Amino acid sequence: MALRTVAISTKSGISAAILVAALILAAVGAVLWRAEFGSGLGPADWSAIRFTVLQAALSALLSTMLAIPVARALARRRFVGRGLLVTLLGAPFILPVIVAVLGVLAVFGRAGWLNAALAAVGLPGITIYGLHGVVLAHVFFNLPLATRLLLQAWQTVPAERFRLAAQLGLTPRAVFRSIELPLLRQILPGTAALIFVICLTSFAVALTLGGGPRATTIELAIYQAFRFDFDLNRAALLSLVQLGLAGSTAALALWIIPAISLGGGQDRPLHRWDARGGLQRGLDALFITLAAGFLLLPLTSVVMRGVIGLPQMPASVWQAAGTSLTVALISVVVLLALALPLAGWIATRARGGVEAVGLLGLAASPLMIGTGWFILINPVASPFALALPVTALVNALMALPFALRILVPRLRDTVQIYGRQAQMLGLSGWPLWRWLILPRLRQQIGFAAGLTGALSMGDLGVIALFADPDSATLPLQMYRLMGAYRMEAAAGAALILLALSLGIFWIFDKGGRWHADT
Amino acid sequence: MKYLTLAATTLFATQAWAETPELVVYTYDSFVAEWGPGPVIEAAFEAECACDLKFVGMGDGAALLARLKLEGARSDADLVLGLDTSLIAAAKETGLFAPATVNADYDLPVTWEDDSFAPYDWGYFAFVHNADLTPPAHFRALADSDLKIVIQDPRSSTPGLGLLMWVKDAYGDEAPAIWEGLADNVVTVTKGWSEAYGLFLEGEADMVLSYTTSPAYHLIAEEDATKAAAAFDEGHYMQIEVVGKLAGSDQPELADQFMQFMVSDAAQSVLPTTNWMYPAVTPQGGLPEGFEQLIEPGKALLIPNDDVPALREEALAEWLSALSQ
Repeated sequence: MALRTVAISTKSGISAAILVAALILAAVGAVLWRAEFGSGLGPADWSAIRFTVLQAALSALLSTMLAIPVARALARRRFVGRGLLVTLLGAPFILPVIVAVLGVLAVFGRAGWLNAALAAVGLPGITIYGLHGVVLAHVFFNLPLATRLLLQAWQTVPAERFRLAAQLGLTPRAVFRSIELPLLRQILPGTAALIFVICLTSFAVALTLGGGPRATTIELAIYQAFRFDFDLNRAALLSLVQLGLAGSTAALALWIIPAISLGGGQDRPLHRWDARGGLQRGLDALFITLAAGFLLLPLTSVVMRGVIGLPQMPASVWQAAGTSLTVALISVVVLLALALPLAGWIATRARGGVEAVGLLGLAASPLMIGTGWFILINPVASPFALALPVTALVNALMALPFALRILVPRLRDTVQIYGRQAQMLGLSGWPLWRWLILPRLRQQIGFAAGLTGALSMGDLGVIALFADPDSATLPLQMYRLMGAYRMEAAAGAALILLALSLGIFWIFDKGGRWHADT
Repeated sequence: MKYLTLAATTLFATQAWAETPELVVYTYDSFVAEWGPGPVIEAAFEAECACDLKFVGMGDGAALLARLKLEGARSDADLVLGLDTSLIAAAKETGLFAPATVNADYDLPVTWEDDSFAPYDWGYFAFVHNADLTPPAHFRALADSDLKIVIQDPRSSTPGLGLLMWVKDAYGDEAPAIWEGLADNVVTVTKGWSEAYGLFLEGEADMVLSYTTSPAYHLIAEEDATKAAAAFDEGHYMQIEVVGKLAGSDQPELADQFMQFMVSDAAQSVLPTTNWMYPAVTPQGGLPEGFEQLIEPGKALLIPNDDVPALREEALAEWLSALSQ
């Protein structure tokens, strides 16, 4: 195989893949093993599966489609505040679900700004509750992520290509067809699959904005099976359905990604000579404004609410913030240790289907993983003593698919372009990583590390099963405040969470882009 | 490595202090929060028991029971505090709980008879609204009105399940018709109480399913008199929270002592303004100022514990079909 020209060791990559799969399958296995009795899947479960697939597919489609014009506009334009906007693109994604939902409702809800504006001009109000509300909220969460992934890809296009296109006097349409379309074909299927999988495990968002039990998702059924019915058999079956859906979608999407390279360049800063026309400028400005508004208005409400709540926050929030930061940093280290060898292995294969392994962590219900590991750990060690390492590991697993989506395309290019040179120079093992791969992937590694840190800050999934009162994370502490009527203090905690998550994201992301003109 | 060291230190520390008996109580999350009843009760009990009382918080009542079932007889817990009347039958079915006797003169609207569990606080479910709203007087009036309500999903939340039992107990076979009438009033259904209450405070609904004691929080802790609970003619469904002793406890006497302590003045006087529920035994000093302003339902509804599981299945199916149309 031509791609094998580069001497990336596949051994550590394969080991990482096996480890990831084993960690997740062991959890499902443990739950099945503990299941004593149980029912199969009933008609209600099947309708939950149908609704879950429908909303996830719509959310994925809409998020990726809308991301194309936004990412294209951001890639072509330079303006004041662009860097800040790109950083803020990470925000909705890392907010705890309930905070984001309240933010979305502040704008689109019954008593939201949009309805207030409509009423002011005498128009009838809109209702957000229903399938469209679920999709809207999921687009709010995932459009920014899709935009960032596309933007990242756009910036890997060698500057020489756009220079050549400009010299040839290609129209924007021709530039799109010759440069951007092949790029999109490479990046869109994976992005859509990723968002599909994220939405597959949606629970609180789907239920709250879906407006009732019509909007029952698989994850809700799993939650019910675990918590109220204690039907481990059904919980495990539903988890397997979730894993199967996610795995097959991901494998299909990654398989259809063409294994073509965009060609090498000299890593010059990207300048665009095309799209200087008034219409192009106008459209780009429109897309950026719309996306920024859609993104920033709910965030503004989160910030406003948080500022009011700050003085009422108990000191324990800061302690929880410290715990969360520690977990986040460990998660980043674990993630890089898993993701880099895995990406190295995937990038040397002709087809990217094995990347689906990475998606397992995201597709598995956090409650399932938590319960499974609890069953495994409890007989041999105190779950409380292991709370933080387990949380960090699970967070890293959840971030793994994002990291792979970010790392693999660039790594694949690097391998294709520099593989032969590296081989001629006899580079292999650590020196290969040190001198070729890591420097060329610095930007992607920064982005992946930032996203992981931020995601880990906001995650509630597993810690709830393992945490003792003293090691509460920030999201858990925020939920505790909400559960005690202290909504304003909780809003303050949410603001701290948002600030810390964005801070982590910004530091890593900026670190990766240091001295790079992007 | 740090955590392994930490774990090892904890292990040795426990061995070194083995003379001080440790009493482990599993409870729900909000009980152990620094603003919850946990810290005060821990200090008060430790002052009289010469023991180390350790509260371990996890989720809500339903999560507690699921956790116990996962751990089975191996559980480290000596007691479980925070199961409620809708979970008692399921809890007993596990066979993990031991009989216990607690002597108390309960001030509950119903007579309490149970050989394993002792109540420590209780409340009525109710719809909470802004004080400037004139609330409907019963479910039918609510169904006929244009008022918007937000409720919790009975498949994931205890109050949600409470509402289900409330309608079922008050209306029996007519419950499906009531739910069909309510369907257009329900703005949305949330995962848990916090989400629903948050939505209500944001103005997404006119009323939210909560407790008659909710306005007491706003009144006492925030000096805010703008929240009220609607009194319904049908009567209000009750939630009684209980504490029970595990059969596998290695400190059975101490566990009995704790159960008795939970109904003593020292614990009962703390609960109203930390857990925001009614105490099971009114403390000597009476209820805190502000509680006298709360509505007092004319009738207390409660389905016998043993009937809950079967009725729950039935009511859940009715609820799903009425709200899925």
